[in-house]
Amino acid sequence: MAEKILAKDKLEGFLGALRQSHEVFAPAMVEGKVAWAPVEGAEGLLWEFANSEMSPKDFFFPQTECMMRFVNKADDPQGMIMQAEPLLNKQRALLNIRPCDAKAFQVLDLIFIQDEMTNDIYWRDKREKTVLIGLACNDPCPTCFCTSVNCGPHHETGLDLLLVDLGDKFLVKVLTDKGEALTKDLPAAGAEEAKAASALKAKAEAQITAKVGMDKVNAAEVMPLYELPLWDRVMENCLNCGTCTFCCPTCHCFDIQDETSGEAGRRVRNWDYCMSWLFTMHGTGHNPRGAKKDRVRQRFMHKFKYIPMKRGGEIGCVGCGRCVQLCPVNIDVRAVVNQMNG
Amino acid sequence: MRNTYIPYPVRIKQTRVETEDKQLKSFQLEFINDADAEAFKYAPGQFAELSVSGYGEIPIGIASSPTEGKDLLFTVNKVGVVSSRLHDMKAGDVMGVRGPLGNSYPLKAAEGKNIVIVAGGFAVTTLRSTMIWLLDPANRKKYGEITFIYGARTPGMLLYTEEWKSWQASGQANVHVTIDREAPGWDGLVGFVPTVTGEVAPKPDNAIALICGPPIMIKFTQPVFDKMGWQPDQIVMSLENRMKCGIGICGRCNVGPHYVCKDGPVFTKAQLDKLPREY
Repeated sequence: MAEKILAKDKLEGFLGALRQSHEVFAPAMVEGKVAWAPVEGAEGLLWEFANSEMSPKDFFFPQTECMMRFVNKADDPQGMIMQAEPLLNKQRALLNIRPCDAKAFQVLDLIFIQDEMTNDIYWRDKREKTVLIGLACNDPCPTCFCTSVNCGPHHETGLDLLLVDLGDKFLVKVLTDKGEALTKDLPAAGAEEAKAASALKAKAEAQITAKVGMDKVNAAEVMPLYELPLWDRVMENCLNCGTCTFCCPTCHCFDIQDETSGEAGRRVRNWDYCMSWLFTMHGTGHNPRGAKKDRVRQRFMHKFKYIPMKRGGEIGCVGCGRCVQLCPVNIDVRAVVNQMNG
Repeated sequence: MRNTYIPYPVRIKQTRVETEDKQLKSFQLEFINDADAEAFKYAPGQFAELSVSGYGEIPIGIASSPTEGKDLLFTVNKVGVVSSRLHDMKAGDVMGVRGPLGNSYPLKAAEGKNIVIVAGGFAVTTLRSTMIWLLDPANRKKYGEITFIYGARTPGMLLYTEEWKSWQASGQANVHVTIDREAPGWDGLVGFVPTVTGEVAPKPDNAIALICGPPIMIKFTQPVFDKMGWQPDQIVMSLENRMKCGIGICGRCNVGPHYVCKDGPVFTKAQLDKLPREY
């Protein structure tokens, strides 16, 4: 793996070249919040920020996405037959994505792309056409716990390039062929620079003091965890509002709905959430997760037990801490998992 | 890379009201494109998403058997937006089918064994597929005794009556069809499925049981099998849950770590005994 140097006074040129071939997005200050926005140049880019309030998952899994269209006309020979929506017609780059978000998408790849039948073309197309240029966290938040869940502030998995801010320059870790193609003109990093980046990594990791234990959760069977008394307590606070699921970079549940307007018809998918009673309700009215407790438990069990069981130990959480920050009733996922593990 | 969300276009060839309450209607569907019919290779126990443009999709068990040719048969209970619209559609109308989805009954592993099929109400659909497949001359010789136990509330609520009568007449299977209460003109069995199962008393030796029915029937039939000495890995059940994607992604049909749409709908009782009853 090559390590290169991008001087900050060369950033404008790097971005210019990148923008020739890619539509570039990065976190920016938008109406007082950190949110993803198109990049026109180096000016306005953020280099010290916690993370975007919402994860960038909608670049791959939009909140609403048209999957297919049809002519809503039964007497038209082509009518009522679904035609796939065209795929992405451009290459994109997400600049300054945090390592936790990149890791989240690598976990989601395991779910969206499994085999010939479970091969989500909408997800896969956008993943293949998007390059991820990460920005290592040198100053993690108090809510971060990435180091407990197979991730970290300088984690590289899922990224094409990782930038480490060294002050007047970036150390650029080249992680994939896609990343290599974008950095072939950059000079190689020296030993001193590599050492400085390593020191920043160690410091950032040490700064993350919140710890989540998973060993007993991993060793346990499903039913003992499912029947833990803690769900009665967590359930009491939860409003089933779904905020945690929308801000989460790994929450990926969706609904599929048809829409028509005159002769135009389409089938769309929308973010959905396991906190909704309708999510699981049968046509007959029977509901396998009819009680609030069932739904609250599902979210934690899915991320910390079911996904690891099915996906070779990968966890459905990357420790970004967004749900800890945004939950209106202060449910802290770290405390819940530690109780599951207790 | 195939887009597995796009339904194959099909045309409704024939519809048939199946039950006296008119809640259940069968649809025979023919593929519009031959290549799609070729691609749709299924086994008994699998299901498909029936797509009605403008209304949505519903997951329905495939009632036809691949031994019957290229057309597909589905029997649909009218409960929601899509199924209600479907019930209003007629021969010639265009709709879609996406699949085949899910696993199937373990018929390959059951070769050389006796097979006991227990069906309640309209859950008999994929078990019709199974019976037609098993009784096909190419398959019948690979299996021992075949016992088919099926119950519905009234004679008018029984599906596929001509067919199970012909299975009975053929001598190829032991057919026990029951209704809940005495009814005029009915000279067959009377009683609930669990009771009839106890009376028929299928032996567990070298056998598997395929059970599909409403939760209440499954709840009371399981202990009957337990009492007769059946082991949890001999009892195979088909589940249903609300579904959207049908391919193990969208997140709503899981029972513990398993998605009913992809890892199921067919599970053994041994598997289900270790999982939450979220179905």
